[in-house]
Amino acid sequence: MKSLKAFLACGTLLAFANVAQAAQCEVTHWWTSGGEAAAVAEFAKAFESKTNHKWLDGAIAGGGGTARPVFISRITGGDPMCATQFNHGRQAEELVEAGLMRDFTELAAKENWAEIVRPRSLLDGCTVDGKVYCVPINIHSWQWLWLSHKAFEDAGVPVPKTWDEFVAAAPALEKAGKIPLAMGGQPWQTSGAFNVLIPAIAGKDIYLKVYQDKDAEVAAGPEMAKVFQAADAARKMAAKSNVQDWNQATNLVITGQAGGQIMGDWAQGEFQVAGQVAGKDYSCLPGLGVNELISVGGDAFYFPVSKDPEVTAAQDALASVMLAPDTQVNFNLKKGSVPVRGDVDLNAANDCMKKGLEILAKGNTVPDPPRLNTEDTNTQLNDLFVEFFKTPSMTPEEAQKRYAEIIASAD
Amino acid sequence: MATKAAGRPNQLFRNLNAKIASIPMIFTALVVFVGGTTWTIVYSFTNSKLLPRLRFVGLDQYERLWSTPKWLVSIENLLIYGILSLVFSVIIGFILAALLDQKIRFENTFRTIILYPFALSFIVTGLVWQWMLNPDFGVQQVVRNLGWESFTFNPLYDQRIVIYGILIAGLWQGTGLVMCLMLAGLRGIDEDIWKAARIDGIPMWKTYLFIVIPMMRPVFITTLVIIASGIVRLYDLVVAQTSGGPGIASEVPAKYVYDSMFLAQNLGQGFAASTMMLLTVAIVVVPWAYLEFGGRAKRG
Amino acid sequence: MAEAVLARQPKAGSRAEARGARPRPMLSRRNIVVYGTLFVVSVYYLLPLYVMVVTSLKGMPEIRMGNVFSPPLEITFEPWVKAWATACTGLNCDGLSRGFWNSVRITVPSVIISIAIASVNGYALANWRFKGANIFFTILIVGAFIPYQVMIYPIVIILREMGVYGTLTGLVIVHSIFGMPILTLLFRNYFASVPEELFKAARVDGAGFWAIYFKIMMPMSLPIFVVAIILQVTGIWNDFLFGVVYTKPDTYPMTVQLNNIVNSVQGVKEYNVNMAATILTGLVPLVVYFVSGKLFVRGIAAGAVKG
Repeated sequence: MKSLKAFLACGTLLAFANVAQAAQCEVTHWWTSGGEAAAVAEFAKAFESKTNHKWLDGAIAGGGGTARPVFISRITGGDPMCATQFNHGRQAEELVEAGLMRDFTELAAKENWAEIVRPRSLLDGCTVDGKVYCVPINIHSWQWLWLSHKAFEDAGVPVPKTWDEFVAAAPALEKAGKIPLAMGGQPWQTSGAFNVLIPAIAGKDIYLKVYQDKDAEVAAGPEMAKVFQAADAARKMAAKSNVQDWNQATNLVITGQAGGQIMGDWAQGEFQVAGQVAGKDYSCLPGLGVNELISVGGDAFYFPVSKDPEVTAAQDALASVMLAPDTQVNFNLKKGSVPVRGDVDLNAANDCMKKGLEILAKGNTVPDPPRLNTEDTNTQLNDLFVEFFKTPSMTPEEAQKRYAEIIASAD
Repeated sequence: MATKAAGRPNQLFRNLNAKIASIPMIFTALVVFVGGTTWTIVYSFTNSKLLPRLRFVGLDQYERLWSTPKWLVSIENLLIYGILSLVFSVIIGFILAALLDQKIRFENTFRTIILYPFALSFIVTGLVWQWMLNPDFGVQQVVRNLGWESFTFNPLYDQRIVIYGILIAGLWQGTGLVMCLMLAGLRGIDEDIWKAARIDGIPMWKTYLFIVIPMMRPVFITTLVIIASGIVRLYDLVVAQTSGGPGIASEVPAKYVYDSMFLAQNLGQGFAASTMMLLTVAIVVVPWAYLEFGGRAKRG
Repeated sequence: MAEAVLARQPKAGSRAEARGARPRPMLSRRNIVVYGTLFVVSVYYLLPLYVMVVTSLKGMPEIRMGNVFSPPLEITFEPWVKAWATACTGLNCDGLSRGFWNSVRITVPSVIISIAIASVNGYALANWRFKGANIFFTILIVGAFIPYQVMIYPIVIILREMGVYGTLTGLVIVHSIFGMPILTLLFRNYFASVPEELFKAARVDGAGFWAIYFKIMMPMSLPIFVVAIILQVTGIWNDFLFGVVYTKPDTYPMTVQLNNIVNSVQGVKEYNVNMAATILTGLVPLVVYFVSGKLFVRGIAAGAVKG
């Protein structure tokens, strides 16, 4: 009983301690893989060294699908954090409309975000009715095929340069006991891979017609049928892939147990943590080596409205730190993504990142599905594709029919 | 149950202290349970997305619900899991209880072993069984190492049988409870009945089947209600063991609700699905609760 | 039923012992069947525990080579240390230890408050029945079966309106609400089995509602309080859904932390650390279970079997 009292007393003390340091800024995010954690540590370091506030890390494991519900219920439940990650676009749309997010227009004007953030469309993703509500921190693109040199060496075939070569090499890989295509079992990974196949196989216009214009006829049309055939090939190659998390799948590629993986550029962080060198240990093919085009999406930080002036001050400070040139470089090098500022020095970038920068400079970009679809539509797509990839008996035609229905009902 | 305060006339201030003491209960019953459910049902007729809004769309959410493959798979899984776990846990639980009731040695040890999983959470249960059923290290590999090379038992990665993989874990966790309830029921049966049956020369299995089980009817009903309500809630176990996969093969309604509300940011759809769950529970529980607690208590 | 169970077991003399035929010679055919079956069943129930322990004591290379059942060649406690103290989620690398203290901080007040409320409720229902009490009680019991998912959002709103969302207080309220049905049932049945004469005599002496509760009922009901404590400690400790929805990373209970650690894969999945973390999380309810022994059995039987 005594120890219990002592313990309860401790708890109270702790609670007071929390009140005393109100400048703590709790930042919630879903970055828990090795590369991601290393990247977010850069933010925390910069924030704590440049300001007198403290970074309180609120990582939630299991990806955005697990973490976003928690963020949202906390914000709507009246217990907002200091800052939180979302992907830009429509994920936080309603929270902004309901006035739960802080307006950063003033700071954005003062620091001239409109000039420094590039491409402009990123800031547009943060803008609602002319007001800026979030800080874009990186550019992520999905359109990458990561290939393990070791796997292809073991199978005795050259490392492919395009998707078609990769498909052709699959039998050899399988013969050598490799999984041709590593694919995690989480729903977002399968639909992500499919969305990569669309511009690579059917081209940019079709992609935009389906996702931007929500044209159900195109979605049911012959061009998309080709994409579904490619997805059919992909799922056969991924049939033996028994992992859940994306980075477990990446790990199969790193260790040479799998030939390749379709995954966004964040996978790069994992190769880096494992000490692998681009071009020597692994290759990356943007746009699957077919259609060099990347989608522009990424992570952004939103700052819920707070009554505490100290938290508000911490929010302002954090927003500036996140966009500061050196933080941008350090963070993005670890994360494997591209900085949102065009004016920073990226000599330290590796081969893959440079490829990405080139494509970005050429303007070969499309918006990311999360920016075009509501989460409702994305979830429906996730469910459809995870079912398609894991159910061999489901025909591509059947999947396409349901796909077109989802597009038709999307808003 | 006695009817102590019942017979006399009631006034507002009679039993005032009792009424004050019951405020938390009344609050919970009316505000949380009745209020909360009504709220959910009302909003299931709206097109609320991320935030609840009163924009009524009639039965749209229900139409979409019943045309969504994931929901249909969830219902099918729940039916399979529900029926099998009901049947198996009652049968296994009863047999184990009957075995333990045979004046055996080490009764406490056996009971302890069978019941301990019940102390563990579903998260823990799911993780352990995920590991046990891991195709590369678990049961499948062990049997193969024993020489049966073609042995295949890989429920967590096989769509057709994944729900049975979850069932195995669920039974492991839950049969102990059923056994315990059954044992309590068996112990409540008068020794004289056994004596009489023995004198009449009725074989033991017949005594169990035709005399004891009918006498244990209340225990069975309670057990069924408890298991059934647990089944409808099935969530943590699936999340920890398979996350609904492979594909959508092990989705369950409770997960559909959570996913639609928070993941898909489509509250209306989630509310519609939870209303359907509520309906199921109501069909099972309300008649039972009415009989047991409805009017003034009838029996002791 | 519960009364039968509860009333009988304290006086263990009469028929707390097993029934059936008298003991027979050890090697009879019946005994072989009975003990054989129980033995096989026990293996099935014990295997997962064995596998957890064995896996948690192996190093990763050994896990990759062997199977889940092989005993460790080289025993290492590193996974345990890592699971408790250094496993990472994001930037927080303090393992389960933080979650453990949070769970304690959640469980202790929740258990006390929920039991205090429910015991008074049960007492009012059993001894001071007022008009309408049964209706509320029936709603409460039906409420116990409502899928939690139905209630998640309304409770977010209720907690927000009360201004306690995301706080420990909020979670304690949630646990008290959802513990109320079963506990109230438990106490109602127990108090109803207390001889009526005692209650009547106290009334004649002029004792009121609270006096009877504190001076007569509570001191008599120690066993049922113990049972309720066991039920609540294990139930609240094992909760995942409320923990994840109604708290924040700072105050995550151990189950949520466990799920986080298991799902934060950095490189390869460390099965040994995961299993050590799993055991650590299950340890508290397991200890409660093993220590309380028969009381636990009575607890769940009493909690589940209605009166």
